[in-house]
Amino acid sequence: MARPVFEIEGLHIDYATELGVLHAVRDVSLAVHEHESFGLVGESGSGKSTLAMGAIRYLASNGTVTEGSVRLNGVELLGLSGKALRELWGSRIGVVYQSPLSALNPSIVIGKQLAEVACQHLGMDQAQARTRVTEMLTKVAMPDPEAVMRRYPHQLSGGMLQRCVIAMALMTDPSLLIMDEPTTALDVTTQAVVLDLVADLKREFDSAILYITHDLGVITKICDRVGVMYAGEFMEQAELRELFKRPRHPYTLDLLGCVPRFDPTPQKRSLVTIPGAIPRVDELPRGCIFGPRCGFVEEACKAARPPLAEVAAAHLSACRRWADVPPPAEYLREATEAVRAEAEGARPGVLVAADGTQVHFKSAKGLVRGRTARPIRAVDGVDLEVRVGQTLGVVGESGSGKTTVARAIIGLTPATGGEITLHGKPLPRSAGKRPRATLREIQMVFQNPDASLNPTRSVGDAIMRPLTLLGGLGRHEAKGRAGELLAAVSLPVSYFDRLPHELSGGEKQRVAIARAFAAEPELILCDEPISSLDVSVQGSLMNLLMKLQVEKSTSYVFISHDLSAVQHLSDAIAVVYLGHVMEIGDAVRVLTPPFHPYTEALLSAVPLADPDVKQKPIRLGGSVPSAMDVPPGCRFHPRCPRRLGDLCREQEPPWRDGEGEHRIYCHIPLDELARLQAETLVLAAAEAGA
Amino acid sequence: MTDSIVAEEEALSGFRAQTPMDRPKTWRLYWRRLKKRPAALVGTIIFCVFLFLAVFGPWVAPYDYQAQNVKVRLDAPSLSHPFGADQFGRDIFSRIIVGTRNIFLIGGFGTLVAVIIGTAIGLASGYVGGASDEVVMRLLDVLLSFPSLLLALVLLSTVGPSNFNLVLVVAVLYIPMVARVVRSMVLDLKNKEFVEAARVRGEKRSYILFREILPNSLPPLLVEASMRFSYSIFLVASLGYLGLGVQPPSPDWGLQINDARNFLPIAPWLLLFPACTIAVLVVSTNLMSDGLRQVMLPGGGRN
Repeated sequence: MARPVFEIEGLHIDYATELGVLHAVRDVSLAVHEHESFGLVGESGSGKSTLAMGAIRYLASNGTVTEGSVRLNGVELLGLSGKALRELWGSRIGVVYQSPLSALNPSIVIGKQLAEVACQHLGMDQAQARTRVTEMLTKVAMPDPEAVMRRYPHQLSGGMLQRCVIAMALMTDPSLLIMDEPTTALDVTTQAVVLDLVADLKREFDSAILYITHDLGVITKICDRVGVMYAGEFMEQAELRELFKRPRHPYTLDLLGCVPRFDPTPQKRSLVTIPGAIPRVDELPRGCIFGPRCGFVEEACKAARPPLAEVAAAHLSACRRWADVPPPAEYLREATEAVRAEAEGARPGVLVAADGTQVHFKSAKGLVRGRTARPIRAVDGVDLEVRVGQTLGVVGESGSGKTTVARAIIGLTPATGGEITLHGKPLPRSAGKRPRATLREIQMVFQNPDASLNPTRSVGDAIMRPLTLLGGLGRHEAKGRAGELLAAVSLPVSYFDRLPHELSGGEKQRVAIARAFAAEPELILCDEPISSLDVSVQGSLMNLLMKLQVEKSTSYVFISHDLSAVQHLSDAIAVVYLGHVMEIGDAVRVLTPPFHPYTEALLSAVPLADPDVKQKPIRLGGSVPSAMDVPPGCRFHPRCPRRLGDLCREQEPPWRDGEGEHRIYCHIPLDELARLQAETLVLAAAEAGA
Repeated sequence: MTDSIVAEEEALSGFRAQTPMDRPKTWRLYWRRLKKRPAALVGTIIFCVFLFLAVFGPWVAPYDYQAQNVKVRLDAPSLSHPFGADQFGRDIFSRIIVGTRNIFLIGGFGTLVAVIIGTAIGLASGYVGGASDEVVMRLLDVLLSFPSLLLALVLLSTVGPSNFNLVLVVAVLYIPMVARVVRSMVLDLKNKEFVEAARVRGEKRSYILFREILPNSLPPLLVEASMRFSYSIFLVASLGYLGLGVQPPSPDWGLQINDARNFLPIAPWLLLFPACTIAVLVVSTNLMSDGLRQVMLPGGGRN
């Protein structure tokens, strides 16, 4: 095998902080070859970014590399002077960050920013640089590069910008390309496009890629070799397929079990949970650092820290008991339990129904040109039903209006048209006009855990307030009940007096869930409640939501852009695009053909955490149009891969009723859709079931 | 899936390294940060010394501030009169010490009134929003558009100088600034999810304003208040110099500077020491409020 392009050996990185020196990365080694991409996975706080940035000596001022060796093409980076490093950065080393908008200067046109790199590092003159930029933008599959070069960053969509940043990073044909969560901020559909691109570029360019992500699904799409990091050390390193099929470390096994499996059946099993939380690097446990959370722990694990050792060809694991780690399928059966069986008997009654719900916002009038103000049609005629004790999943790209629908239901953003009913009785549109008894029935869990709790009020206060206000309990009773609720969301009662900043993100979200349940509502609207959290925390929160639903038979509306999570939790699914439902029905029906073409595209874009599943490469071009300019006819037609022509452009599609409870908003007849989609199934079903 | 937290903690305890570095409590964290900023620390200490003088001045001062001693008229600084003596033979050092209280009372109460009224206006205006917010803020802009000293002179010459009126003038001048700071906090906080959660559980408006929003605006409000206080010292001293501030025979720094003008060629210390005192107090208060900002609002933002 050729010698590696980029090698890290025994790297240690320290941070000097207010609390003392933190050993953020300890004794880490890896090697990346040409045309190869090495995936760094781990939960937040595991030191992935610190490792990558420390290795190229691009740390915050309080970070230092204390020990180790880093070689790029055989040249040691750690002894280099600042000047020599600056020459390397940007020419031999390219970096792509998570947020493309902040990676580019907002006041300089794209072409000029990219050309700057060519002038600086390749010694080209302006004309040559421009040619080079055009060439690079073409390589990243940018339509009309000349036009893009004249644009400012804010005039491009996130996906386009990220492609520009990638073009910029590859401009000098660097030996090493570091990609730090480059698709995390993007929509699934855009993410799929960018991932395809990176996979292509990997073959075309000679760069070695260091790819940082928390998403196991993304890893399977582009990485050849994967290193699993935990609290500043590697737990396991292996080839991609080997790692997913035969992990040799319990942490990897647990991580794989946290991610919901794509499985369109009504029966669901719980997800694997990892007890506790990732330790802070200043209070690492004795012995194995994963020991306190490990299901395979023995007394001997506490004695000494197991070294990262080769357990099979090119497979490293830092576990004493690596030989006892079972294959994932076997482990999943043991470590999880059935939580939901197939529904039997009569379909439960309708709890909340939205009928032609509209939320239109007035847009600001142009002061100078006096343009007529067109409304922003955030939600434009949505019909849906939530049944008692069931979960309705709402999916769609950002800008599809899914959050606004929920806000209209709860009355935070009053609907401007249509009717929303609770138990068949119409609800006043604004929350302020609803009586307390009605307010109590609908609660909400918000997306951002940091903002959903008042930072100045204790956890106990937050949970007690709905109890006293809506539940009519006295202080003493409320306190007792709040304690029970804390226990129900698996938090110790000692958290009662804690302030939100003393809690982790997942714990805050648990408190928010306890607060929502405190009012004993019939419906809880969950607006992306797990999106900002780590996979292991996501898994345990999904388990919690399912457990509480079974216990209290509460209904949920679960909003998410993450189809894996939605399919795991939902009985029914609504697919929303640009303020309109495209497809709605029982989860199983929505997830099996026939699909609406939009559902089909979403499904083929979801990165599934299984390297063997083949997904049909259906990619949507462009991005969701502005809700001010909703396209005529079928609003999805400009991006639809199955567009029929003038019919779709001119006429609004009909609702087509499928088997059971299943409706698709499309011009193509259902049997025709089924035939088209059966030819190449989105998922190789047999493999998905395995 | 009923997590056994207890069992988990027991499992953890076996692994616990020696003593974990505990995350310090908020105030201790502030103190730790303050210690690392010597300028802010010095400012805070000097401010505290002045605060002490404001409370205990008359007992600390070596002489009675009104006692006239003809023998030492216009004497240069000496061991018995460290800052010299004025044209009536009064000890300047003592007059400065005793004068501290007036400055603190007028500046302090003026700032306090401004903070209370400004907070009320900012909260209400920011939360209600819409047209009434526009009207209120534009009215405050009108107040802000006058040079503050000029506005103070106009007001004081209308109502006449008295300590009470001085407090009111300071308050009127600073209400718009406090209101703006509070309003910007409200605008930021009112769409936060925890406030929305309060709205959908049917909380009253007053509860949302005073229990949900106000406590979260306190750190920036405190920083703003300390800034306003340092400017109010300046303002009160300026007004004193112009004869519209504290009236004689009360010792006032501004007034002392005004009196000293006539003796500048022969006894410059008459002017030098009160002027320096004002400068030192204003600078130290500024350093302190700057420090507060860095300590309580690191990164220029909230939390």
